[in-house]
Amino acid sequence: MPKVYKDDVSVVLCGEAGAGVQTVENVVSKIFKTAGFSLFTSKEYMSRIRGGSNSTQIRVSSSPKNCYCDRIDVCIPLDKDALKHLYGRITNDTTIIADKEAVGETEKHIIDVPFSKYAKEIGGAIYSNIIASGVILGLFKVDFAHLEKVIRDSFSKKGDEIVNANIRAGKKGYEIAEMILKDVQIEVARDEKTCEKMLLSGADAIGLGALAGGCDFISSYPMTPGTGVFAFMAKSQKEFGVAVEQAEDEIAAINMSVGAGYAGARSMVSTSGGGFALMCEGVSLAAMTETPVVIHIAQRPGPATGLPTRTEQADLDLALYAGHGEFPRAIFAPGNPSDCFYMTGKAFDIADKYQTPVFILSDQYITDSLFTCPSFKVPEPQIKNIVKTSPDYVRYKITPNGVSPRGVPGYGSGVACADSDEHDETGRITESENMRVLMHEKRLKKYDLILNEAEEPELHGASDYENLVVCWGSTVEVLKEALALLNYGRTAVLYFKQVFPLPRSTRDYLQRAKKIIFVENNANGQFETLVRSVTGFKSSGHIHKYDGLPFSADKAAEELRKIL
Amino acid sequence: MANIYDMPGIDNAWCPGCGDHSILHIIKTALSELGISQDNLCMVSGIGQAAKLPQYMKASYFNGLHGRALPTATAIKAANTELTVIAESGDGDMYGEGGNHFMAAIRRNPDITNIVHNNMIYGLTKGQASPTSGVGMKSNIQVDGVFEQPFNPLAVAIALNATFVARAFSGDMEQTKEIVKQAILHKGYALVDILQPCVSFNKINTAAWFKENTYYIENHNPADRNAAFALATREGKLGLGIYYKYDGRAVFEEQLEANKEDKTPLYKRDGDRQAKLENLINAYV
Repeated sequence: MPKVYKDDVSVVLCGEAGAGVQTVENVVSKIFKTAGFSLFTSKEYMSRIRGGSNSTQIRVSSSPKNCYCDRIDVCIPLDKDALKHLYGRITNDTTIIADKEAVGETEKHIIDVPFSKYAKEIGGAIYSNIIASGVILGLFKVDFAHLEKVIRDSFSKKGDEIVNANIRAGKKGYEIAEMILKDVQIEVARDEKTCEKMLLSGADAIGLGALAGGCDFISSYPMTPGTGVFAFMAKSQKEFGVAVEQAEDEIAAINMSVGAGYAGARSMVSTSGGGFALMCEGVSLAAMTETPVVIHIAQRPGPATGLPTRTEQADLDLALYAGHGEFPRAIFAPGNPSDCFYMTGKAFDIADKYQTPVFILSDQYITDSLFTCPSFKVPEPQIKNIVKTSPDYVRYKITPNGVSPRGVPGYGSGVACADSDEHDETGRITESENMRVLMHEKRLKKYDLILNEAEEPELHGASDYENLVVCWGSTVEVLKEALALLNYGRTAVLYFKQVFPLPRSTRDYLQRAKKIIFVENNANGQFETLVRSVTGFKSSGHIHKYDGLPFSADKAAEELRKIL
Repeated sequence: MANIYDMPGIDNAWCPGCGDHSILHIIKTALSELGISQDNLCMVSGIGQAAKLPQYMKASYFNGLHGRALPTATAIKAANTELTVIAESGDGDMYGEGGNHFMAAIRRNPDITNIVHNNMIYGLTKGQASPTSGVGMKSNIQVDGVFEQPFNPLAVAIALNATFVARAFSGDMEQTKEIVKQAILHKGYALVDILQPCVSFNKINTAAWFKENTYYIENHNPADRNAAFALATREGKLGLGIYYKYDGRAVFEEQLEANKEDKTPLYKRDGDRQAKLENLINAYV
């Protein structure tokens, strides 16, 4: 009996760093989407340049399945360690395609494909990546012309000989796929509408959101997984006129962004927890000087260096309490590329309107994964909340709502004086108790204005729910799929894309539930603690994961089944 | 004489006789003699007594964090290339807390002036050793005296190929003003290390000590980097004057892609990116 895979197929490639897992993902992903398949890819990799075991999941489906799942339908291990690395996820339903010579003896049934022998026949080991790409595309009967086009686009500069060798390699892959399809049946329908959708990573979606939000300055220090957004902005700097600088350290990065913001730029930093820890004083500076700045933190497991290339949602507390003293802030936690785009744009607007630091909390999982999602709508150009100063202009004018008209140096006949010390309306140092109270209250007042614009949580599932699964950020797509797998009545997922200030509706949503379950990619339940402190609601239970990997839809469903 | 930068009615926090008063006067005079208009100037400082200087001027300023004036000033200049930007603070701020930024600023070469009030002590925290304190100086923290080698800012700056390096003494207002004017006019990063007495806490490096232990550099060619380095590392008395000057290096802010074709301040630019953004989004489809 041939194995049958329908509608949603999980293909996993695994090999040592530098072996080409990433290359294969890059080659096939866009092709799948162009051919009308929904695609999701997620990678887990080690913090090393060579060796180890890195794997990529490529989920090919007829309708979007935008999250990681443990299930492996087609497994392509490139070496012995790869098979070991994936062992726990391989079942009798998994089809393993491997070069027996490379993976060695195993009790698992393997469809032997001598990749390296074929690659050598074509011209060298380097061709095995294109052979593997051909195998994967061939299994789904994707028109070879797509692969041929990608090969021609990628290698035409290297000459006809290289192009032709790669085409031979691709064709070889298709031949192998045809042979495999005698034992395996794959049925995934195509949808023409998928061709109109985007395929992109969370990092690129945040970058596009920053451009839409008017970002024209970024200073950062490279740190995985925050570098993706920084690199996106660097790539876009010429076309969009973005000032990009790699700072000497994170302290300089945030102080630069605050400086640029003071001078009128829409500025941001992109980092991860450890780098952000160095920026904390700068966050406080932005708040005190009332300078807009957007801070993107792509979370990874800590403490300290932790697991540099893995994922976690454990820096909510850090973002929430970062910076000494009391001041207003907003924290967005987008859970899919659309929200990465729209919430980042909104982060710039909120920062600009209320002259205070605003955070975007993502994580390794969402920044590195590729999603199929509806195309983004470009918002109207940004309104610049900057005033031309007159001789009597004062930077920190006490106003009824706490927001002072923002002047910048060099614009108008007045002066714009910003101070990290407590200051009076003119921006000069003061130690007057009265002025301190007025200024502190003026800054804190902005909290209500930010709350008024808080992004509502999204409810998925039964609107007359009894069970409410609460999540924030990147777990949403996993839980939406888990909910579908569970197929329970009267159960819903409540997803927060803004975690601070908590939208006012939070209480109403919680009130209607009989059972409240929090699902978080951390150990302490940081969001649960925040929700309880604000609303007083206690959860009926929670599911936490902190092994460095994202939740998977199938495992999450299993865990929920136990607890609901 | 009245000056456009005079700030009436200020409550000055400096001790009577402090070199900071002279430096404030020098900066204001230099700026007005150069005809730099008020709405074109931005002062940037860190934290410390010296860093309070912008408070006492009628000008835009960003009084930021301890040690961080240089990255802030660099970014302000990048966001608005039309501004004259002066980053000033004390020796502890610029050379200690901000040491990494000092090196990075020299490497970047933004067109900013970096004035360092060097009194060889921490004033605002009441008398601890600074990076430039001499060996043997005692304090409530360095109870047996400083044993670390003092930081040599000029030698470091020249070694890193800073494009303008000078030392002055707050007691000589005329020479210091001339040096500050040249530093402001210099296109690129300009370091002016100004020696100044701390009348309250530094009982070693007093005004008399500075007079005794400084000399005016003569017969020196500021274009000669090797000679400048030799001067900066010479043992004994401290030389006053311009050590090194080089005009050929591109400045940081003009090398940023954002400023290559368009030199208007970032906030003034047309924010309409819709067409470009739509194209970019379509590239993902």
